[in-house]
Amino acid sequence: MGSKHTTFRDDQLDEYQDCTFFTSKEILRLHGRFRDLAPNIVPMDYTNNPDITLPSSVITAMPELKENPFRHSIVEAFSEDGKGNLSFNDFVDMFSVLSEMAPLDLKIIYAFKIYDFNRDGFLCEKDVEETVHRLTGEELRPEERRLVSQRVMEEADLDGDWKLSLIDFENMISKAPDFIR
Amino acid sequence: MSEGERARLMEEVEEKKKLIANIRNKPWRMKRRLKHLKEAQLFVDKFEGALGKGKGRKLYAYKVMMMKVLMGLPYGSIPRKTVPREEQDTAMDYSVLTDFNEKKRNWCRTYTLHKCSSNFKTFFTLTHHGYCKYSVLFYGYYNNQRTIGFLKFRLPLSYLMVGIGTFGYSLMVVIRTMAKNADVGGGDGEDSEFTFAWKMFTSWDYLIGNAETADNKYASITTSFKESIVDEQENQKDENIHLRRFLRVLANFLITCTLGGSGYLIYFVVKRSQEFANRDDLGWYEKNELEIIMSLLGLVGPMLFETIAELEEYHPRIALKWQLGRIFALFLGNLYTFLLALFDEVNAKLEEEKDIKNASIWFMKEYFANFTANNPNETGTPPPIEPADVIRGPCWETTVGIEFVKLTISDIQVTYLTILIGDFLRALIVRFLNYCWCWDLEAGWPSYGEFDISGNVLGLVFNQGMIWMGSFYAPGLVGINVLRLLTSMYYQCWAVMACNVPHERVFKASKSNNFYMGLLLLILFLSLLPVVYTIMSLPPSFDCGPFSGKERMFDVIIETIELDLPSFLGTLFSYAANPGLIIPAILLMVLAIYYLNSVSEAYKNANNELKKKMQMARDEEKNRRNNKDSTNQVMKDLEDLLPNRSNLPPPEEKKGQKPKVKPGAAGNAVNLQKDVSLASVNPNARGPVTQAPGPRAPGPGNSRGRGQGPPPRH
Repeated sequence: MGSKHTTFRDDQLDEYQDCTFFTSKEILRLHGRFRDLAPNIVPMDYTNNPDITLPSSVITAMPELKENPFRHSIVEAFSEDGKGNLSFNDFVDMFSVLSEMAPLDLKIIYAFKIYDFNRDGFLCEKDVEETVHRLTGEELRPEERRLVSQRVMEEADLDGDWKLSLIDFENMISKAPDFIR
Repeated sequence: MSEGERARLMEEVEEKKKLIANIRNKPWRMKRRLKHLKEAQLFVDKFEGALGKGKGRKLYAYKVMMMKVLMGLPYGSIPRKTVPREEQDTAMDYSVLTDFNEKKRNWCRTYTLHKCSSNFKTFFTLTHHGYCKYSVLFYGYYNNQRTIGFLKFRLPLSYLMVGIGTFGYSLMVVIRTMAKNADVGGGDGEDSEFTFAWKMFTSWDYLIGNAETADNKYASITTSFKESIVDEQENQKDENIHLRRFLRVLANFLITCTLGGSGYLIYFVVKRSQEFANRDDLGWYEKNELEIIMSLLGLVGPMLFETIAELEEYHPRIALKWQLGRIFALFLGNLYTFLLALFDEVNAKLEEEKDIKNASIWFMKEYFANFTANNPNETGTPPPIEPADVIRGPCWETTVGIEFVKLTISDIQVTYLTILIGDFLRALIVRFLNYCWCWDLEAGWPSYGEFDISGNVLGLVFNQGMIWMGSFYAPGLVGINVLRLLTSMYYQCWAVMACNVPHERVFKASKSNNFYMGLLLLILFLSLLPVVYTIMSLPPSFDCGPFSGKERMFDVIIETIELDLPSFLGTLFSYAANPGLIIPAILLMVLAIYYLNSVSEAYKNANNELKKKMQMARDEEKNRRNNKDSTNQVMKDLEDLLPNRSNLPPPEEKKGQKPKVKPGAAGNAVNLQKDVSLASVNPNARGPVTQAPGPRAPGPGNSRGRGQGPPPRH
């Protein structure tokens, strides 16, 4: 137990436990993973809350995120500066929301943010097209992609402004049977 | 401190405590959460002390920890503890295969009931004149003594009851599974509201970490999109209908020819095997010709059907159903031709029996005569005849059993060989010859074999049908099949991982697996027929099997009722068997079916009405928010008729309160309206958004806000 104490103070661990869905053991393990990404930059001792951020390229190289087509957007969504540089706080936050213990509505909010590529607060048609593009690569022709995004808009847009707001998105996703990540 | 202040303070403390408990559910940045957490904790500590509670945070922390421990949170989360939705539909029909595991267990139970100790070594060397014929695998092994052993186990009765009981049990299991599937899946609902949207946002699996899996996932998502696009376009396409119809008729004609051809081929081979039975110098091929031909037909037929079906140009799901239906017809045709041929043989054997009966009586007489002639001084009964010398009747049941076992074995052999050659060798050739071949073997023809789910499931279903039919005459067949299922599972598992690629068309014949269950039920019913027919009408062999010597097999039951059960039960049964009682019972059941049918139709109609209402309500909301006229003509007319326009709903703002739009949101864990701070780019620059965006001032000249129709008529 000796080395663990020097990473975080007890009250820090308690606070993290209250603010995320993780236990102190898991938080310490996360810190280990964070450190492994860049051992030279990330200090072992976090008792005085150093303000260290890791760039998005390092984070997206993690095996859990490597194959995800939305990894850049995910990292950007959780970063404070919006460019994908994650501090340890953001790192823990990201995994807390992505974990299976997070409730559905929290995930919905973050999912909305992840799919909103141009960060305008709505899923406009271009965002949807971009999603399709990332999911299928070059397999679908551009007009097919446009058809798909148009159908999505027709299905999910409730207020007719041809953009999906959070309300629309939430309404649509909460009825989906497969929405268990 | 006054009472009011105290109460207010307590309320605030409670609020802060709730905030602390729920802070992890809020969509805030970590820093913000930490800040608020610290504030809240300080507040609670300070004022809880002041309110005299004393214990303060420690107790609270203790309570929270106890709750966590009780809910198992540190060591497991709720989602991990709840049973995963086993009926969760995935793109691959693997769930159907697990149902057969249950069947396997079922068969194991009935197998042990027979108290067999089978001779497994010899069943691979099955021939007409092999040893296996006399082993416990077959019907002929069982004696017809009424009870055997110390416990007076009634063998013949149990044989019959188990045979019929397995059918009944299987029927119950299949129907129960179908009912459960229909309940969960909600039928074949293809009319989903959000098909495209769900496909887009929920199809990616966030747990994928392997590059190859990711590639497969991309491919399957693409295919799924393409399928939906094709669906969309089908509705907008119109083609040369006459050409299509002609092609379809042609295709059906060709397929009927194929089916007829295969039926005739089997008949021909059966006739030949009857001739072979009279000869003695048969090679391995001649002995097993019938079964080999049947298995090969089962292999070649579907491929032929698929190529012919290219003419038809159906939607892939419909084409799949047609394909499965045709394969089913092929199998049925083959099986029933086989059965008819078998019946011929059985009748021939029954004729033969009569002769042998006479012959064996003569033999006995002669034996006694010889014995007394050779040993004139001995009195008393002569020793029993050596069993090997006794003339035996041609036990037709064992012959039937043998035929089924041979069929199963050759089926196994053909399947395994197909996998070996068709998948493994093919994969080897494609992988290694690719380097020195003119065209790309992997991308073009032949490429790797696809794992054909529907074909494999059908194979399992047919196999089960054969087992059902044959197990009455060859009880050991069940054991053989269990072994086969076990080995085939591992073998095919290896083959799939090593040599196959996922199927290009990732969709299912039916959403809830009921299609395959329906097939299974049909096959069960069809396999039941021959067995029941033979039990009821064919006389058992006179000297072999548990029913030997009786007129009909079910005489055992009558005997038991007469001898073993109290007499009033006998009279009861005889009354119950009266046609005058049975026919009204059947009528009653028919009426019940009709009634239940109409009730379920009524429910379906009610469902549709409700769906329509919901759709209308949603459209109305949409239109009201868009400030457009109602698109529903009826509503529009009604509106025009209304004299007083102030009956309209009160004005709403664009993103304001919409509690009715969130039927599925859980509790109040997240307050959407206030904390949509994530929508902004730099949330640290502002605090939480606590008011609805946009000015609330009504538009110019519109003194009553939005949501209105045309101005009132005067």
